[in-house]
Amino acid sequence: MKPWWAQSRAEIKMTLARGESLLLTVGIPLVLLIAVNATTFIRVDAPRRIDFLVPGIIALSALSTAMVSLSISTGFDRYYGVLRRLFTTPLGSRALVVSKVVSVLVVEIIQILVLGSVGIALGWRPHGGAGALAEAAVLIVIASVGFAGVGLLLAGSLRAEINLAASNGLYLVLLLVSGFVVPASSMPHALSTAVSYLPSGALAEGLRAVVGSHSWPWHAAVVCVAWALMAPLLAARAFRYE
Amino acid sequence: MAKLPSVSSLVHVEHLGVTFGNTQAVRDISLSVAEGEIVVILGPNGAGKTTTTETILGFRRPTSGSVSVMGGDPYAERNTVTRRVGALLQRGGVWAPMNPREVLALTATYYENPRSSSELIELLGLAKAQHTPWRRLSGGEQQRTLLALALIGRPDLLVLDEPTAAVDPEGHHLIRDLLRAERERGVGLVVTTHELNDAEALADRIIIINHGEIAAQGSLDELRNKPLSVVELSQEIESTEFASALGYPVSRDGASYRIDGVVLSAALLEEAAQKCGVTVRGLRTRATLEERYLDIVGGAQ
Repeated sequence: MKPWWAQSRAEIKMTLARGESLLLTVGIPLVLLIAVNATTFIRVDAPRRIDFLVPGIIALSALSTAMVSLSISTGFDRYYGVLRRLFTTPLGSRALVVSKVVSVLVVEIIQILVLGSVGIALGWRPHGGAGALAEAAVLIVIASVGFAGVGLLLAGSLRAEINLAASNGLYLVLLLVSGFVVPASSMPHALSTAVSYLPSGALAEGLRAVVGSHSWPWHAAVVCVAWALMAPLLAARAFRYE
Repeated sequence: MAKLPSVSSLVHVEHLGVTFGNTQAVRDISLSVAEGEIVVILGPNGAGKTTTTETILGFRRPTSGSVSVMGGDPYAERNTVTRRVGALLQRGGVWAPMNPREVLALTATYYENPRSSSELIELLGLAKAQHTPWRRLSGGEQQRTLLALALIGRPDLLVLDEPTAAVDPEGHHLIRDLLRAERERGVGLVVTTHELNDAEALADRIIIINHGEIAAQGSLDELRNKPLSVVELSQEIESTEFASALGYPVSRDGASYRIDGVVLSAALLEEAAQKCGVTVRGLRTRATLEERYLDIVGGAQ
């Protein structure tokens, strides 16, 4: 078996076995989807509440896996000396990064299948057919690279405990302001404009455009690509094994 | 993949200097390790042992001097060097939920011709703990797992930083036997330790590092055989009085009187003791490794 594939399998197994990780990546998005869909205290920008919520919740789940979960697990790998030990083996940093990317993508596929199925059961009807779904997948992958860059930047430069607090804090802030469940249009203009330049806000906006009206969201795509180029470079420069 | 040349000197360090900011961690360290040789690096905490081994492993580029591992630069050619080097680090860990069997099986996939996980589990006495998650292993079991991980790729060179730390006495013997077996196989070993017993049991050559510099080096016999006389007298007297009677400088260590660089004859000692009005209770004329070591590192411990 190739080292990167063996490592990917191990990363996926460990991610799926971590209770707190499952809560973050599947539990919270699922509860939010069901709870916010069942209530009316949040006004949404769509004729049907579920059509607004599912793309936003899928964007949230990508954030939770590619940034928060990856950051926390990598931070603890670093803290416990796992990365130092791997440095002395022939695995190599490229294979390690590939394995982490593969594990993020596999977990995201599981999340999308679970959340999409629940969304469909609740009445979600994505528009645009297979073409729109493919465009959505491209956006998710690009945004996830940016999220992963931010996550690795935190994990590779902060102490594990500080990284844990910072990642969770950032998750909470982005959950509230990124337009996942609360429409950006209901926020002050300056905040909603700022949010549209965040990878989380851009992904939520982009997914709604793609599966809602099947139009390619140029602004969101450019923002996601910019973060995907910038964040991994910053992470690579700042990352420390110990 | 670039191939490293086969050379009999597995490690060659010349005038190594490493600086962290304004702190000079090591300076002018030179050493070499041949096939089938165990070189033990001894030294107090902060002496520079770990900096030296980590530079050999390619963690950092030397500030001055050079390091060559099997003819290659361990920093620039890390991916090639790591295929032939097994390492045990002081602060190297394993994923908390993984057990020894799982992590050995995973690590085996990194190498072209790995050893069998089952064989290493057996050799290192990990049979009972093989399915226990890393976080629930004892310190000794964790250390033995890390040693198994260092061995799994059939390395030509082993770099082991404190391999017997947290290991019980039975484990010490087991690890020593295992490392001797590796030496018999032609593997070169660099071992750092605080354990003088391990150094005495394993080393072909010992390097004592203090304050970032080599303070002494040689075979065990060379280090132990520095002339020394330790005298026990019937009653305590001033060391200056004894020194004057002997004609050599004397330092007092509790009830013992120590004369460095000299092997006293019984006749000279009896005569000096008589002058001081005491009798000789004992005389030892060879330093133990511990005495040599403490002598060199002084109050640093």
